[in-house]
Amino acid sequence: MKKTKVIVGLGSCGIAAGASKTYSKLEAILATGEMDFELARTSCIGMCYKEPLVEIQDENGKIIYGDMTAETVETVLRSHLLDGKISTEKAVHAEKLSTQEDTFFEGQVKIALRNCGYFDPESIEEALQQDAYKAVKQIIQTKRSQEEIIQTIIDSGLRGRGGGGFPTGLKWKFAHQNESDEKYIICNADEGDPGAFMDRSLLEGDPHAVLEGMMIGGYAIGATQGVIYCRAEYPLAIKRLNIAIGQAREKALLGNNLFGSTFSFDIYVKEGAGAFVCGEETALIASIEGKRGMPRKRPPFPAVSGLWTKPTNINNVETWANVPWIINHGAEAYAAYGTEKSKGTKVFALTGKIKHGGLVEVPMGVTINDIIFKLGGGIQGNKKFKAVQLGGPSGGCIPAELGDTIVDYDSVNATGAIMGSGGMVVMDESTCMIDLAKFFLNFTQNESCGKCTFCRIGTKRMLEMLERITNGKGEDGDIEKLENLAHQIKNNSLCGLGQTAPNPVLTTLKYFRHEFEVHIYDKKCPAKVCKPLLTYTIDPHKCTGCTVCAVKCPTNAIDGGRKETHHIKQEICIKCGECHSVCRFEAILID
Amino acid sequence: MRITRIAQSQQNSFSNHADLSLIKPLLKKYSQKPGSLILLLQGTQETYGYIPAEAFTIISEATGIAEADIYGVATFYAQFRLSPVGKNIIKVCHGTACHVQDANKITDAIQDLLGVKDGETTSDGAFTLESVACLGCCSLAPVMMIGENTYGKLNGKSAVKTIRELKNQVCKDKPKSEK
Repeated sequence: MKKTKVIVGLGSCGIAAGASKTYSKLEAILATGEMDFELARTSCIGMCYKEPLVEIQDENGKIIYGDMTAETVETVLRSHLLDGKISTEKAVHAEKLSTQEDTFFEGQVKIALRNCGYFDPESIEEALQQDAYKAVKQIIQTKRSQEEIIQTIIDSGLRGRGGGGFPTGLKWKFAHQNESDEKYIICNADEGDPGAFMDRSLLEGDPHAVLEGMMIGGYAIGATQGVIYCRAEYPLAIKRLNIAIGQAREKALLGNNLFGSTFSFDIYVKEGAGAFVCGEETALIASIEGKRGMPRKRPPFPAVSGLWTKPTNINNVETWANVPWIINHGAEAYAAYGTEKSKGTKVFALTGKIKHGGLVEVPMGVTINDIIFKLGGGIQGNKKFKAVQLGGPSGGCIPAELGDTIVDYDSVNATGAIMGSGGMVVMDESTCMIDLAKFFLNFTQNESCGKCTFCRIGTKRMLEMLERITNGKGEDGDIEKLENLAHQIKNNSLCGLGQTAPNPVLTTLKYFRHEFEVHIYDKKCPAKVCKPLLTYTIDPHKCTGCTVCAVKCPTNAIDGGRKETHHIKQEICIKCGECHSVCRFEAILID
Repeated sequence: MRITRIAQSQQNSFSNHADLSLIKPLLKKYSQKPGSLILLLQGTQETYGYIPAEAFTIISEATGIAEADIYGVATFYAQFRLSPVGKNIIKVCHGTACHVQDANKITDAIQDLLGVKDGETTSDGAFTLESVACLGCCSLAPVMMIGENTYGKLNGKSAVKTIRELKNQVCKDKPKSEK
């Protein structure tokens, strides 16, 4: 009989939720000798809302349990291993048993994330059992031509998953066409969009898929050196990448004369230093060269003159992870998923006011409503779905009315948002859209490298206007000024950062113009977020005169004796909201 | 924006006279390698917790890159800091997911507790409070990171509690380490 295996999900989210403590607890249980099992670790399977996750594999198949903190894990383990009982309320996914969380996996197609959560990412042996490096070995040993591989990628319809959506095969073709003694492959792992963690999970869960994809790209364009530019904020991803590279070198999967051929390829990791603009390819190259990460004019494109002025091909983490699968299964198998112009699958990070936050991979062409309500389980607290934000600071919001929009590059672009790298932040009625637009603009304004005047100063002026509006000082004509400036910034900026920075404001104006008008003309915030626009009053029918709010008020703005109805003096109220959070009788009204 | 805490033994870096010999091996290894400036600055910051002013001069001498250019790179990237930081850096995530789950409340609560503003260090040098763009733990929002530990699903109260506990720990540890 095979030994029972207990596997703990140790991705960044899992660790943040306490998975390391769960792992230590399991080690301690194992040390007592009372139960016999093999303890292992894996990465994230995407079910972040149930972290920490523990999987038990035995003769009955696999069962994943959720919410396995150091406190709860022992009881579940005991009943599973000793009594043979499955604790159904903790089980979130099982091979032979349906659980109430199954909807999270229904409709998902895992290509890029095919191995995430299925093996120990720090062990190359386990990766090799899952077919890692099979595709690259096969193309080298069967001496497939570079043109043939590029054609396969073109036929698969794979488009850049970083957000731009440029056809990957074409990009390779350009880099291949340019003759040079040296060419470079770069993996863009500078995942800077706040609210997106697809690349982090992929790098932490299956670094070998990315390395193999880069090797195939290197073979196809004739490069011998690969660089992974990874955010320094992802220490675990960097650690696992370096482990994977070291192991691949030991196994002669990276290095000179691979698989007995003349093809040599090596990869190193370059840590970013914290600049959002470095996600732009020319800025990223400048940063690898040790300079300020400022974008430059294109052409020449990196395919002609990139890193150290040599032809360079840059793709994003998720794009690279798709490549080995396409080589193994064929272009047709990949193109079978998706829509006419957007093939394959896309990974999304579901966050915000959603019940089942996590990482999902779906075929292109499913609707936003499907993702939010079927996979995501709907909105937290069963509130009303208001909008979803796609593409982070470069993207925009899609209102609930357009929830039937399908996800592919062209349909999403048609709404004014962009597909982006895959961050999907869900908002309910308690989110103020103006405040959110201000948040994104504040971000891009901070991250603008300062090269183009419109981006540097224009975003600042737009931000000032939004600040005025949310502070109750909005004026007639502000909306038109915002629109005018937004278009000027879009048209007069050199790189993607400036060209897309006004998108959050423009889509908010398009779909939530009314909310702008209420802020400007009525000086009210319908979502009750913008504090200067709120008025706090006390409901005399509900107030019991308990004095709690009066004691807590930092400015002594609340009058009233014990058991008497209290009253807020508006002239000294600073709208901090403290009274509202301490009142146990819901007597504080916000308008 | 990953910063290594200043170890007890390197407390002298709070004064402005950092021991520059500490980065000599680093310079030897990378100064002649093209494109290594960011690496050198990262290494320097890892050693001192920040980049001391004198370090610019010796990096410039070793690499031949003008001090102004080095300064340009150091000020371009959010990761680099030019002044010393506290022993514990509290990074409150202000990514989109954390923002919609009211991360401002967390920062406000910590500001009230420690009496410092965002980006400042407490007078005893124990804590530095800063906002970061995204820690990538969005489904646990709102999140903060202290040292290597990430704390998720916070509210103002639980954030304050965590820091209070840490503060007590620091106070308790002190007499021990002095013995």
